Amino acid sequence: MKIHLTINGKNYSHDVEPRLLLIHYLRENAALTGSHVGCETSLCGACTIELDGKAVKSCTMFAVQADGAKITTIEGLANDGKLHGVQEAFWNEHGLQCGFCTPGMIMASKQIIDRNHAPSDAEIRHGLEGNLCRCTGYQHIVNAVKAAAAAAGK
Amino acid sequence: MFPQTFDYTAPTTLDEAVKLLGGGAKALAGGMSLIPMMKLRLASPEHLVDLGRIKELNYIREESGALHIGATATHYAVESSPLVRTKCPLLAETAAAIGDVQVRNMGTLGGAVAHADPSADYPAALQALEAKIVLRGAGGDRTVSAAEFFVDAFTTVLNEGEMVREVIVPVDTSGVSYQKVPQPASGFAMVGIAARVKKAGGKVTEARIGVTGLTNSSFRATAAEKALEGTNGSAADIQKAAALVAQGSDANSDIHASADYRKHLAVVYTGRALIAAMGRAQ
Repeated sequence: MKIHLTINGKNYSHDVEPRLLLIHYLRENAALTGSHVGCETSLCGACTIELDGKAVKSCTMFAVQADGAKITTIEGLANDGKLHGVQEAFWNEHGLQCGFCTPGMIMASKQIIDRNHAPSDAEIRHGLEGNLCRCTGYQHIVNAVKAAAAAAGK
Repeated sequence: MFPQTFDYTAPTTLDEAVKLLGGGAKALAGGMSLIPMMKLRLASPEHLVDLGRIKELNYIREESGALHIGATATHYAVESSPLVRTKCPLLAETAAAIGDVQVRNMGTLGGAVAHADPSADYPAALQALEAKIVLRGAGGDRTVSAAEFFVDAFTTVLNEGEMVREVIVPVDTSGVSYQKVPQPASGFAMVGIAARVKKAGGKVTEARIGVTGLTNSSFRATAAEKALEGTNGSAADIQKAAALVAQGSDANSDIHASADYRKHLAVVYTGRALIAAMGRAQ
């Protein structure tokens, strides 16, 4: 089946099998390997991307479902070599150790701030329930989201 | 993890979808349960009909004292809709308790209802709200109550070729609360209790309690409801009523919770849901 997508502002078109998961399309067809395959069972959130403005787990949808959609992956956040505010905040607040969960964490964090300009700690933790960090860095991640929200509000 | 191969069709009208379902295809809504099952090959449908492009299935509107919610309205749409939040807060609060934000962005009310997972959150609220579910098949629409709709684990009254078209909930002014014990990894309800309470002249005039996660199918705890109605709704009245919630139920037992523990949780969480609902009742 032929699908057409806009990923990070660029057009992509491929002939794919219906059973191809979106994460595999992104990594293997579009060669965007920033989104990670962690658990493959919809629990870890490392594959989180933005689909038409909504954070979704790209391991739990088929590429054909995204036909015609606008997608943003972690690669699409920085602009002209300048990091996105959430990326900047993760750097400043040490919101990562090994970095495996980070692409998904940042996409989920962006969704939190897009929907709520001044999230509380509890709201941030609720918004990150779908993302696991095995370095147990949650407190720094929450700090990073708070810092990013504060910086965006200025 | 790749599912087995399948044919995929994404119709844009309800009539087209019903025709394909009549031919043996399986409906795909948000896919938050179906796709993981296909990846594990617990389900291997030969033909998927994606309902995601049918605009006439995605709506939330008020009509003659009730909210009508299209099958493909997402949990996030339900949780964030000003209409649902003000006119049926129990449903909005239940939607907000489902899974995680990514699941709520994709998962749909109709899909969750049709899947009928025994630990799903919505069924508790739909039982407590005495919701109606509109089904569409080749012969047209039929409407069933939530109490009739949910039959057993993953089993509903949906016939071959039928799909959920709409869920109807009343505009609700009761005090409400949804309280759940989430399974820590999946977020599914080991037990979930949806409570609605109306008070007048210091007495409880109406109590509704929907239960999910405890048994194979969601249900209304009518003995507990009756025990509460007519009382002052004091802490002691609530405790007496809550004690009846699991009575005679064939509770589920798994690696997360034994049957006895689930029953215990049901009593405790019914108490909590009723206290919270009572505090919000006028």
